[in-house]
Amino acid sequence: MYGNLSIAEPVRGVEQEDPEKLAEFEERIARGEKIEPHDWMPREYRRQVLRMIEQHAHSEIIGALPEGTWITRAPGFRRKLALMAKVQDEVGHAQLLYSAAETLGKPREQMINDLLSGKAKYSNVFNYPALTWADTAIIAWLIDAGAIINQTLNAKGSYGPYARALERICKEEAFHLKYGYDNVVTLASGTPRQRQMLQEALNRWWKPIMHFFGPPDHMSVHSEKLLRWKVKMASNDEMRQMFLDAYVPKIWELGLTIPDPNLRKNPETGRWEYSDPDWDEFWRVINGNGPCNRERLAVRRMADELGAWVRRALLKPDHRYVEPLF
Amino acid sequence: MPLPPPEALPALKDLLYRMADDALIIGHRHSEWTGLGPILEEDIAFSSIAQDKLGHAYALYQLLHELGEPEPDHAAFLRDAPQFRCCHLVEYPNGGYDFSLMRHLLFDLAEQWRYHLLERSSYEPLAQLARKVRGEIKYHVFHATQWVVHLGAQGTEESHERMQQALLQALPLALGIFEPSDFEEILVDYGIFPGERVLQSHWWETLLPILERAQLRVPPLETLTPAYGGRRGQHTEYLQPLLDEMTEVFRSDPTAQW
Repeated sequence: MYGNLSIAEPVRGVEQEDPEKLAEFEERIARGEKIEPHDWMPREYRRQVLRMIEQHAHSEIIGALPEGTWITRAPGFRRKLALMAKVQDEVGHAQLLYSAAETLGKPREQMINDLLSGKAKYSNVFNYPALTWADTAIIAWLIDAGAIINQTLNAKGSYGPYARALERICKEEAFHLKYGYDNVVTLASGTPRQRQMLQEALNRWWKPIMHFFGPPDHMSVHSEKLLRWKVKMASNDEMRQMFLDAYVPKIWELGLTIPDPNLRKNPETGRWEYSDPDWDEFWRVINGNGPCNRERLAVRRMADELGAWVRRALLKPDHRYVEPLF
Repeated sequence: MPLPPPEALPALKDLLYRMADDALIIGHRHSEWTGLGPILEEDIAFSSIAQDKLGHAYALYQLLHELGEPEPDHAAFLRDAPQFRCCHLVEYPNGGYDFSLMRHLLFDLAEQWRYHLLERSSYEPLAQLARKVRGEIKYHVFHATQWVVHLGAQGTEESHERMQQALLQALPLALGIFEPSDFEEILVDYGIFPGERVLQSHWWETLLPILERAQLRVPPLETLTPAYGGRRGQHTEYLQPLLDEMTEVFRSDPTAQW
């Protein structure tokens, strides 16, 4: 559902790399070649790519929680089946992404431990609650739409295993988007109560959606090197503009109001203008103080503890390789 | 659509409601593992099985609808516990992975046999459905079997003990699957279904070798008290809260499109 590196970390230590190898590496990327796990790569490239894929994987399993709580309440067979399949897809994405991240040398278990200890980050957007059925519709439509913008770009990135995983993920996300849109349209054209529920959900989610692509470029760490390495494929503001361009007209078309009186497309610049979506809140949430941060991690920890005996039973200390059970 | 003889209709409907309600409720329970499984792969597996079960429930409610019962969404989302005909086994909360897996094995093995027997049902729509779901149930049984055998016989002492306890807890509940029906004779006479007693004996014969491979101790059948009542609308305290949760949004406006 998400993969961004919306908060870039400064690139460091590149000057310690072998200049010849580094030049060759950068030429390969410039030519559009993919970097594969056994290829030479700067240590900093490895660290940044790993951090990005890992955050993305964590976002998928944490992202399964707000929507997952509505599987048991989805109204009718059609919605129940679709939501189950969608959330299952997200967990499947996590599995795919942890595998891609493992090619860079960090085992899945260690990544999960870093998530549970709070060391690793995941998308901020999942630290907000899905209060009503309409919230799940907004998430499936607009959050997944944001994810698609981001992931379609990243699928053209330089790291082979991640790019290939994203290609597959994008296909599934495109389906989620259809599901979400269908759900939103049903509510928008439904009873007054359904419309109200939808509008309220949009009001709640607008700020987290604006936060989704990360802080504005003028507040972000300079990520020129990451762009050159094709780790980051577009700036946060560029992606936000793409999202607004594609989805604001669709939202308006449904007769919904966007809770920002200053939102408009400047006809001269061709760029969207909007109110500052409270970046202090963004930082508060990312640093662990959002409405659901504690709950999300507590649920993951509980699941981890409850399942520990199963994982112990699967371990074979004397076996080096994983074997099929039969 | 071929209709069964009128005198067999209540018997057929009773059978279909038992099966549909079982599938709906266990599918719902399995789906509760989404995002919470012990490993990602199992999360995904349980979700797949849950989706299959929901699909079976839908198909069965659809058959009922063709026999004059409410449409599937109304059958599933607008009835209360006393109107449900599911067995107690499927109602129990998931508990740990031990109970969930053991229930999955006991239930799906019975499902496999039930659908196998129904492939030759004189009620052709049901026979057709049985032939259609055969492939799915085969994988459900395969999944359950490999896990129960692994955790029972090839895991740790802890996993063995947990599976043993899960078996002792789930077995009397599983016997409730085969709660005798007042309609048994009609179902047999009209060739619709050979009956719960026949089903149970097939199930038991196939179950024992699996439990043996899992190195689990099986209490003698005659010492177990089957959890009956579900097929007559008498349920555990867990069913109504499950239904309240499941139907919360739908019932907020049953006339609305969702």
